Amino acid sequence: MNGPHDLGGQMGFGAVAPEVDEPFFHSEWEKRALAITLSCGAFGAWSIDESRHARECIPPAAYLSASYYEIWIRALEVLLERHGFVTADEIDLGHRKTAGAEPKRVLKADMVAAVLAKGGPCDRPLSDPPRFVAGQKVRLLNIHPTGHTRLPRYARGRIGTIETIQGSFVFADDNAHGRGENPQWVYTVVFDGAEVWGQGSDPTLTVSIDAWESYLEPV
Amino acid sequence: MHDHDHHHDHDDHEHHHHDNRYSNMEARVRALETVLSEKGLIDPAALDAIVETYETKVGPRNGARVVAKAWADPAFAEWLRRDATAAIASLGFTGRQGEHMRAVFNTPDTHNMVVCTLCSCYPWSVLGLPPVWYKAPAYRSRAVIDPRSVLAEFGVALPETMKIRVWDSTAELRYLVVPQRPDGTDNWTQEQLAELVTRDSMIGTALAHAAHGAADGGTQ
Repeated sequence: MNGPHDLGGQMGFGAVAPEVDEPFFHSEWEKRALAITLSCGAFGAWSIDESRHARECIPPAAYLSASYYEIWIRALEVLLERHGFVTADEIDLGHRKTAGAEPKRVLKADMVAAVLAKGGPCDRPLSDPPRFVAGQKVRLLNIHPTGHTRLPRYARGRIGTIETIQGSFVFADDNAHGRGENPQWVYTVVFDGAEVWGQGSDPTLTVSIDAWESYLEPV
Repeated sequence: MHDHDHHHDHDDHEHHHHDNRYSNMEARVRALETVLSEKGLIDPAALDAIVETYETKVGPRNGARVVAKAWADPAFAEWLRRDATAAIASLGFTGRQGEHMRAVFNTPDTHNMVVCTLCSCYPWSVLGLPPVWYKAPAYRSRAVIDPRSVLAEFGVALPETMKIRVWDSTAELRYLVVPQRPDGTDNWTQEQLAELVTRDSMIGTALAHAAHGAADGGTQ
């Protein structure tokens, strides 16, 4: 979707503000926001792609004025409601009212180290060979899906060169919506700065994205 | 699509006024934690263990060890170039948001810089949790269109002819920049070298620290 999250090339956000000796967290609630989000992810009820899409669906004004942990919490509330674990009433009250859905697992303290060390690999074997080869020129489709996509707007319709075939991975655009993992080949596609940003762009700049095969067409 | 408009029906609960979102995050997260605990859906001790992991175990010192080894050991550098996931795992760094790693090497001609314009993708297994600026709109919007001005805000001025390659982490590959090895560090140990490798130098918004003339290997 053409949501507020798709920020590449937007203007008006001011200077980057690196913080000297930035702490891991800026308040106690941020620690809890991180940990609750990861704990609930371990239910196995939604994919990382669905959670990313929930964040993208936060209305633009709220998204752009929120800290990233606030974005996480707002999306987590949506996911917990959508999958029946809590109700909006319960979130408002801050207390349990009814039994909700049962997760496949609840993350206990003794599981944390193993779960974090394992992560969630999303490479998947694919019997079909890649459609494109390294060095080939391709155009990124000019598409505007209303659901989740990992094709940023600035790359759409642009011609780039396949630098590397990175392997085959779960297709985020489908997986975010429960349509299955439907793995595809993923390619690193590199663009000259001028192809993307036109006149006046930095002549020394190249930008790459990692693109699923269905984003690409031959030129 | 769910959003929180439906909560306007419940604005009589004074802890949920939307105009006070910022000051209310503490209460909002505590309420969520309470509900989830009462339902047996989270284990408070697990939450503590997660926080402790990212405060004490998984952070940019991991990445610095990878870079220092790559500087000191050409065979490891080659492995890192070919199969970063395996090379990094050999040092014990695996897991969440580091499942599919790629290492990109700065050269005298090319400077690499990593961004996620669409969210906050970041190589947690080697760098830990991302800093606020990495997740914020200013960096995400500008890194791909005007990286030189972004670098200037970090105090980095590259030669005008230096090529800049920006890697937008749009899929599940996570990028680690291997900065150039500073001059004057020939006889340094990997432990000493690692002290020169900052978090930002592995994102590409900084260079590795200079050796400060400590030709004897110094005590950084």
